[in-house]
Amino acid sequence: MTLQRVWVMVLRYVFVYRRSPIRLIEVLFWPTMSLLVWGFMTAFIQRSTEGSLPGFITFLIGAMICWDMLFRAQQGVSLSFLEDIWARNLLNIFCAPVRLSEYVLATFLFGLLRVGLTLAFLCVLAWLLYHFNFFALGVALIPFIANLLMLGLTIGIITIAIVLRYGHGAEPFAWALPFLLQPFSAVFYPVSVLPGAMQKVAWAIPCTYVFEGMREVIGAGSISWDNLAWAAGLNIIYLMGAMGLLLHVFKVARDRGLLGKWGMQ
Amino acid sequence: MLQIRDLTKRFNDVVAVDGLSFSIARGEIVGILGANGAGKTTTLQMILGLIRPTSGRIEIFGRDHEQHRIEILRRMNFSSVGVNLPMNLTVSENLWIFAKLYGVKDAWRRLDALLNLMEIHHLRHAITGSLSSGEVSRVNLCKALLNRPELLLLDEPTASLDPDIADKVRKILRRVQQEDGVAILYTSHNMRDIEEICDRVLFLHDGHLRAEGTPAQVIEQFRTHNLEEVFIRIARSGEVVKAGGSR
Repeated sequence: MTLQRVWVMVLRYVFVYRRSPIRLIEVLFWPTMSLLVWGFMTAFIQRSTEGSLPGFITFLIGAMICWDMLFRAQQGVSLSFLEDIWARNLLNIFCAPVRLSEYVLATFLFGLLRVGLTLAFLCVLAWLLYHFNFFALGVALIPFIANLLMLGLTIGIITIAIVLRYGHGAEPFAWALPFLLQPFSAVFYPVSVLPGAMQKVAWAIPCTYVFEGMREVIGAGSISWDNLAWAAGLNIIYLMGAMGLLLHVFKVARDRGLLGKWGMQ
Repeated sequence: MLQIRDLTKRFNDVVAVDGLSFSIARGEIVGILGANGAGKTTTLQMILGLIRPTSGRIEIFGRDHEQHRIEILRRMNFSSVGVNLPMNLTVSENLWIFAKLYGVKDAWRRLDALLNLMEIHHLRHAITGSLSSGEVSRVNLCKALLNRPELLLLDEPTASLDPDIADKVRKILRRVQQEDGVAILYTSHNMRDIEEICDRVLFLHDGHLRAEGTPAQVIEQFRTHNLEEVFIRIARSGEVVKAGGSR
């Protein structure tokens, strides 16, 4: 792997965004809308229950911001890939001396830049509107965030694999796939709320442990290292599985002549 | 430079390329011709590593493509009429990025030299999406020449150029071939283009090599007046002529 090539590809995405500020809507507009809706809804519920639900704002707004980080990390990977498809530039990349792993790493690093921008903006906004300090969660945030970003990368890689295999028709998966997991991931409610069968699915998803762990930090003030270990373990397994899937799909795409459909016909 | 032996590609029951063998020497310009579905694009894509052959062997610079992909891609390049550079970047941004991906040293100087060669230096800071199709084609050719490739694959490089610019581009390619010794595999549906620039032509039909030789040899062997008539004869009947041989 050559870091210079990875860095150049990251710069390429930065150039694309710099030349087209409207793309920042994806990074700033949607997260802001979510924060406003969830924030005011939280304020309303808290007022209705006359403050009998302590830490409610922290639960919901914290969960919303964390979910958005996972989603933006996934979008960073899959939208960067889609940008290359839409620009009909993908074959220029695949026919250059660029390894698939370098390409995926570049999309992920660019995704991290996007996440950083979104996070900074949301944190400022949440403080101004609701006096919510995201960083009050302390050092526990670091492993939580790392796990969410890792899952975002995994889902992003799976999205690339699906689009490579099934073509333009599969592009909506870039937005749909994370939300397929959301109801099971106990983002805004504890796992115990879910029916029995759904709980089993929930415990197979790494971010469930992150959100449960986050609630524990807010509620009891302690970090559940078990939850973090489970999240990290599952994340490593799924990330390796996703890379394996992408390599397999790339091989299938070469066998079936699917790559040429992105420009050479 | 490029050696292809018994190359075959099957997509389920369809045989796109069937036992194709040919080679290209250093500094040679070879045209690969045929009607739609003849197997040209599949062959190009196999050489680029985008399609895995069902059987046969592709050796580039004396090395097996499957095992030395990155090393080989560093020394070759391509341009295709259907592949673009990101439209919202400037010409120089796009070319600089690819120069860096190919590990070109002194990227800016190389970029300036190529833009001058293609007579589009004044477009250096223009947004790629604002250019005419002919200008975009020339930017794509600049990208294809950035790394001083030893093997260059050009898929209809003059398709969107007016006759004046197309003529200039052919002359530039000839010059690059003579100065740098680059081998070029060239596809086009413009037979005048092919007659003018190619040292040798390969006619494909139904995935088979049907005729091979210099443009003059092939025209003579088919007793036609030009390559276009040869093209039509092969496309309609699949006639076979090998270089120096007879039908």
